[in-house]
Amino acid sequence: MEPLTIANKKFNSRLFVGTGKFSSGKIMEEALLASGSGLVTVALKRIDVNDKEDDILTHLYHSQFNLLPNTSGVRTAKEAVIAAQLAREALGTNWLKLEIHPDSKYLLPDPVETLKATEELARLGFIILPYIHADPVLCKRLEEAGAAAVMPLGSPIGSNRGLQTKTFLEIIIEQSNIPVIVDAGIGAPSHAAEAMELGADAVLVNTAIAVSENPVQMAAAFKMAVEAGRMAFEAKLASKVGYAVASSPLTAFLDE
Amino acid sequence: MMGSFKDIFYQYNWEEVKNSIYAKTERDVVSALNSDKKNLEDFKALISPAALPYLEQMAILSNQITKKRFGKTIQMYIPVYLSNECQNICTYCGFSMNNKIGRVTLTEAQILKEIEVIKSFGYDHILLVTGESQKNVGIDYFKEVMPVFRSNFSHISMEVQPLKEEEYRELILLGLNTVLVYQETYNQNEYKNYHLKGKKSNFFYRLETPDRLGSSGVHKIGLGILIGLDDWRTDSFFTALHLTYLEKAYWQTKYSISFPRLRPAEGFSKSKVEMNEKELVQLICAYRIFNEEIELSLSTRESQNFRNNIVKLGITAMSAGSKTNPGGYALEEDSLEQFEISDERTAPEVASMIRELGYEPVWKDWDKNYI
Repeated sequence: MEPLTIANKKFNSRLFVGTGKFSSGKIMEEALLASGSGLVTVALKRIDVNDKEDDILTHLYHSQFNLLPNTSGVRTAKEAVIAAQLAREALGTNWLKLEIHPDSKYLLPDPVETLKATEELARLGFIILPYIHADPVLCKRLEEAGAAAVMPLGSPIGSNRGLQTKTFLEIIIEQSNIPVIVDAGIGAPSHAAEAMELGADAVLVNTAIAVSENPVQMAAAFKMAVEAGRMAFEAKLASKVGYAVASSPLTAFLDE
Repeated sequence: MMGSFKDIFYQYNWEEVKNSIYAKTERDVVSALNSDKKNLEDFKALISPAALPYLEQMAILSNQITKKRFGKTIQMYIPVYLSNECQNICTYCGFSMNNKIGRVTLTEAQILKEIEVIKSFGYDHILLVTGESQKNVGIDYFKEVMPVFRSNFSHISMEVQPLKEEEYRELILLGLNTVLVYQETYNQNEYKNYHLKGKKSNFFYRLETPDRLGSSGVHKIGLGILIGLDDWRTDSFFTALHLTYLEKAYWQTKYSISFPRLRPAEGFSKSKVEMNEKELVQLICAYRIFNEEIELSLSTRESQNFRNNIVKLGITAMSAGSKTNPGGYALEEDSLEQFEISDERTAPEVASMIRELGYEPVWKDWDKNYI
């Protein structure tokens, strides 16, 4: 399996994971370790950097975990830029998952503010991974604005509904010059495998692992699914056009 | 200009709504449970007496939906009572103006002492509560104390008298995140009998407060009724109606619901309409099934045993170790409490109960740099 490179950083695992919704910090830690992930997203609003015993951060001190702070909770580009700077200062990383969702019900990203913030944050030297709709044109615009990768959604965040946006994800994957990470809505390992088979560079999973009855085992299942999907993609899936036709009623005249 | 909830409210008649809820059948309940997208008629069925035999199914569903959206977490918050001065006469409230009690409004120095104790419990989300006294505890007082709280807490909620839109805007700039404003009852005629005197007797000024809040751009609005004032089913329907209206009108705002059941207080002992614990579970589950994204909050008004068991059934936020009198945490002033609490455990005790149930108590879920 080829490693994935984002902004000159190599990742052996193509599964990225979130840290929300777990029943305890300890279970979160075990699940993240089982996932084999090298990139872990953390909501700035959930952590207290002044607290040495912060209930999330204390469980993330493993060398394989690179932290990806996210701006969950902000509603405008302006707030996102402030949050990004705070995150950089607090966690000592330039990496940022940019999330701007003013819609409080479905937490859908604001494309206008996200583009604005990406432009500004790129100027400030951030490595930006924006969470956005599966909108191919928007993805190209974000690429031009300096995003390091794009994170289009499969379906609404936390919905576990899989790749409802598949048609658009395929276009995004086809057109993108930067990595495409399918984020949000991946509710089962089969969804993750499907995204990888389509050619997504990685997937980000949180809810499906965190609220499973056995988060550690579910994390391991996602690890395998992502690997399987990626291997299948690299091996090139056989064409689905499997219809065998005995006669050729439309073209038979050519042989007459 | 955009209308307000008043326009919607006028389209409904209390008695008709009430009759339609009590006319719901088991068939309506089953159809509500099975429908993909729940509507207000489904909500009526779920809160109706016909749904009681389905309580276990409702609880299972509520548990699953809540975990999907909120995970296995419970947000922790604590109220701090800043003043019990009040110019309203409300028949059920300990702070009512006609109660001959010691009146206190905390000074900044006293507030700092309270904060010290509250922080030692581990809290980072705070709820400021006062009675309604425009002169001593009005906008100027709030503007004065807000920075004190902002420098100590990541999330500030407020449960005080309804304010003007521009006043909310000023407070938001100073760090206010959430405002709770309960209608108490949506039965306009009964409302008068409970709120005899003072600004609170103005039913429609209160009813339109969430509209002013929505326009002000506040981050979260808390709705609710005081259970016990009138038929809780009908009142809850109006709350759900209000919520549905607000979600569309102010789509950037988050919403939460609370279910305070009337507690004994100075000068008041008995509710007009009782609601038992089974019915409270029904209501909580019904809200969750009706609205997957709504935050549901439960205070220390409820008993220890009830609170232990409700953690898994749809609740997303809890207070613990609360005092309902100004100065209650540090000053030990003998000031009057607003109502008697029921679950008297400390915050660490409640937190460990939550952990034992396989849930994570969350102390910080906001950042003071976000508005």
